[in-house]
Amino acid sequence: MSTYSLSDGLASGAPRLSRAPLLATWLRESGVGVLASVAWIAFGLSCLWWDDVGDWSRTHSLGIAAFVIAAVALFGTVGADYLGSAGKALHQRAPWLVALGAFLTLWEVATAKFAWLPLPFFPPPQSIIEVYTDDLPKLLDSVFASVKLQLGGYLIGATVGFLTGVSIGWSRAVGYWVHPVLRFIGPLPATAWLPIAFFTFPSSWSASTFLIALATGFPVTVLTWSGVASVSNAYYDVARTLGAKPSFLVLKVAIPAALPHVFVGLFMGLGSSFAVLVVAEMIGVKAGLGWYLQWAQGWAAYANMYAALIVMSLLCSGAITLLFAIRDRLLVWQKGTVKW
Amino acid sequence: MVATVALAEVATGAALDIEQVSHAFDIDGAELPVLSDVSIAVEPGEFVALLGPSGCGKSTLLRLVAGLDKPKAGTLREDEARITRPHPSRVVVFQDPTLFPWRSVWDNVALGLEAQGILKSQRQRVDDALDLVGLSSFRNAYPHQLSGGMAQRVALARALVNDPKILILDEPLGKLDSLTRITMQAELVSLWQRKGFTTLLVTHDAEEALVLANRVIVFSDRPARVKADIRVDRRYPRHRGDPYLADLRRQILGLLGLDATW
Repeated sequence: MSTYSLSDGLASGAPRLSRAPLLATWLRESGVGVLASVAWIAFGLSCLWWDDVGDWSRTHSLGIAAFVIAAVALFGTVGADYLGSAGKALHQRAPWLVALGAFLTLWEVATAKFAWLPLPFFPPPQSIIEVYTDDLPKLLDSVFASVKLQLGGYLIGATVGFLTGVSIGWSRAVGYWVHPVLRFIGPLPATAWLPIAFFTFPSSWSASTFLIALATGFPVTVLTWSGVASVSNAYYDVARTLGAKPSFLVLKVAIPAALPHVFVGLFMGLGSSFAVLVVAEMIGVKAGLGWYLQWAQGWAAYANMYAALIVMSLLCSGAITLLFAIRDRLLVWQKGTVKW
Repeated sequence: MVATVALAEVATGAALDIEQVSHAFDIDGAELPVLSDVSIAVEPGEFVALLGPSGCGKSTLLRLVAGLDKPKAGTLREDEARITRPHPSRVVVFQDPTLFPWRSVWDNVALGLEAQGILKSQRQRVDDALDLVGLSSFRNAYPHQLSGGMAQRVALARALVNDPKILILDEPLGKLDSLTRITMQAELVSLWQRKGFTTLLVTHDAEEALVLANRVIVFSDRPARVKADIRVDRRYPRHRGDPYLADLRRQILGLLGLDATW
């Protein structure tokens, strides 16, 4: 009968499939992991095979580290079944490991070994590693200074922006006075205030905090406001018939309803405040990653610049990840939110 | 058949007096009259359906009863006390469930008690209201996870948890599919019979009005005037095929100018 033909076919086909293509199945499952291992072995070899064209102290260690990573990738792939979620995570990231290994090999060969890219503008990987090991204290100080400045300014800006946004959205009188000011000053890039801020504020630190707060505050204000203003009147009607007082309407209706907008504002504010942070540190503040970049450039220490850039991007990305994690926690009720 | 007067068993509802109420909207400076000299006296525990053509001003009247808007002329009283602003003794269930999407089902139902600052001591009432509409197992769900009928039941629980004296229903079943609708009509009647609140139901479905209410008030086109006040003397549960109801329905459709379609 026709209804049986499908399962019959499968049953008779199964034994035939099982033996010969075992290797093929294994390769399909683990091939990329093995390839990742090969790519990192290539990177290790590229470090150790030829002599460096310059004087870098971490070449040997980097080569060994590459072999270690290759070994981890290989054993992780072969033993994926015994590693549980770690094995699965490795399997998922294997294509990236291949790409990274290949890129590093190319980078190593093109800089440290044959100098196809002009030195010192394109330092090899080992010189960046060297920065992390030998200049760590200064780098950590800079990270700490940047985080402190950014966090202070951002929190002030976000708080003030949020409160302003709620007030404008809620009160007609506040809107009347604040809205024109917001329209006039808000779109101005915060960096345009730099020269004025640096001589009106008592310290460059307070000036930068102000500017970061300004850069954060504008988008947060506008989006909080539009969030509050777009809350459906039906929600207020419902709450009012249930006996809600005005404070309840603000705190328990307007603000929660506006929260998705607020987070868009917080996200935009974070982006523009990063820009202000770096510029402020390059121009006036004598600490932080922006200053470190500037300082490294002054000494033509290009490896230090790349090292600082990598740290900076990790920090910014981490900050946004954190913001999104908070949002996902607060807005569990939303379906289909933006992925990060 | 005098014995069939079907008021709710335990009348805890309030009397509602609508006296010569007129209302108008200001649209671009021009005045658009929506209610013209409407007077209705509703007895405690009565189930009154307001029926009229779409856009005639029935929902406006409900907003006035709820105290969400103030009439241009006339007065509304709940048990002799003049209605000037919203109060949890008069709760509205709107056509859309308008659940707060950021609150779980339980928190939505708790809204009224929370707004009145009595939730802490009376959490049991929320559980009871959820039981009443049969959604206890969905207490932790969020509104977007509910079907239309379930959401409207939550909205009903959110209203009933306040023990309203007057329940105001603004086409609450209008957007539901016909099967859910019939089920919920029966549920509404049994809730009303158990709780005894006065009910005001806006609908544009004559059959729904006749199955549910002991009084059907038919409105004219805008500006709405009371065109007819019809008693429905029938025991619950009522049957849609009842010739008495069919006869009333023919009368009502005639009043609405739709007799040709019957």
